[in-house]
Amino acid sequence: MSKFKKDDGKADPAISTASLPDIVFMLLFFFMVTTVMREVDLKVKISTPEATEIQKLKNKSLVTYIYIGEPNDTKVYGTTSRIQLGDAYANVKEVGAYIETKRGEHDEAEVPLLVTSLKVDEDTKMGVVTEVKQELRKVSALKISYSTREGAKK
Amino acid sequence: MAKREAPEINAGSMADIAFLLLVFFLVTTTMDSDLGMMRKLPPTLPPDMPKPPPIKDRNVFVVLANANDQLLVEGELMDISELKEAAKEFIANPMNKEALPEKKPVDIPILGQRMVSKQVISLQNDNGTSYKLYIAVQNELASAYNELRDELAMDEFGVTYESLVEKGDKARAKAIKKVYPQRISEAEPKNVGGQ
Repeated sequence: MSKFKKDDGKADPAISTASLPDIVFMLLFFFMVTTVMREVDLKVKISTPEATEIQKLKNKSLVTYIYIGEPNDTKVYGTTSRIQLGDAYANVKEVGAYIETKRGEHDEAEVPLLVTSLKVDEDTKMGVVTEVKQELRKVSALKISYSTREGAKK
Repeated sequence: MAKREAPEINAGSMADIAFLLLVFFLVTTTMDSDLGMMRKLPPTLPPDMPKPPPIKDRNVFVVLANANDQLLVEGELMDISELKEAAKEFIANPMNKEALPEKKPVDIPILGQRMVSKQVISLQNDNGTSYKLYIAVQNELASAYNELRDELAMDEFGVTYESLVEKGDKARAKAIKKVYPQRISEAEPKNVGGQ
């Protein structure tokens, strides 16, 4: 009967909290790392098309993203496809300058390795995509990647 | 003074923390996957460049896409599902047909002399073509090249082209690529169907 009974009336000693700071630091570092990985706030709706012949983009620090799609807030911005560079809507003419500023953030040796990833909604018309591609050609940002989802192989 | 033993730390909450980290890892890994089709744009040409010599009609595989997302392949209306087979036959020209591309012998390291066809695929779309169809066409054409390369790699080395690339066997992969070089030319889009 006395199996579960405390031997005496002494209270449990307090748990050592010495390792708590370690855990908190661990979480802190984690948050710091993930905030760097976070992408921009999307202002356009993007559902990329499916494809099977795709590659993974390897070096993420060398990738510049261009988003094209229907604006989230269609009451204000309408339903025509818009281009988003960084955190803001942009004009086609600004694409070249944006690529140039991105280039400035890298070493000269890395510039030929830079890739531009086009994240385009599948319902977008090709007109705007072609215009962006022409702008990229003008600044000789020739390596591009059409962002897609992985589809099932037929 | 008698030494009192230190009480054991309650490890019950450790599991919660581990789960928290696990969930975090799960979330971050899904964010990390950026897949895409890598392409190279043609460089801008200087205006005084002489015109390149014309390509013979039989060497060009014309794919047109209109604003209603219909395909016209070599002058015939075609469904996207048939495009891959048509492209494969054009690229390889296995029966050496008159209407399909010419071939010329090329010396290729490892494989020796091969007949390489002078094929070019020309892709033209309208400003009103949907991006979805454009990607689908690009995908089918790339898939045609990859399947032919796979077949050749299976015959020659007993492995798929994909596995050659993955294993980093550059010399062999390059040889295969030389037999079936991917030549997709994109013409300036037309603006018939409007934006």
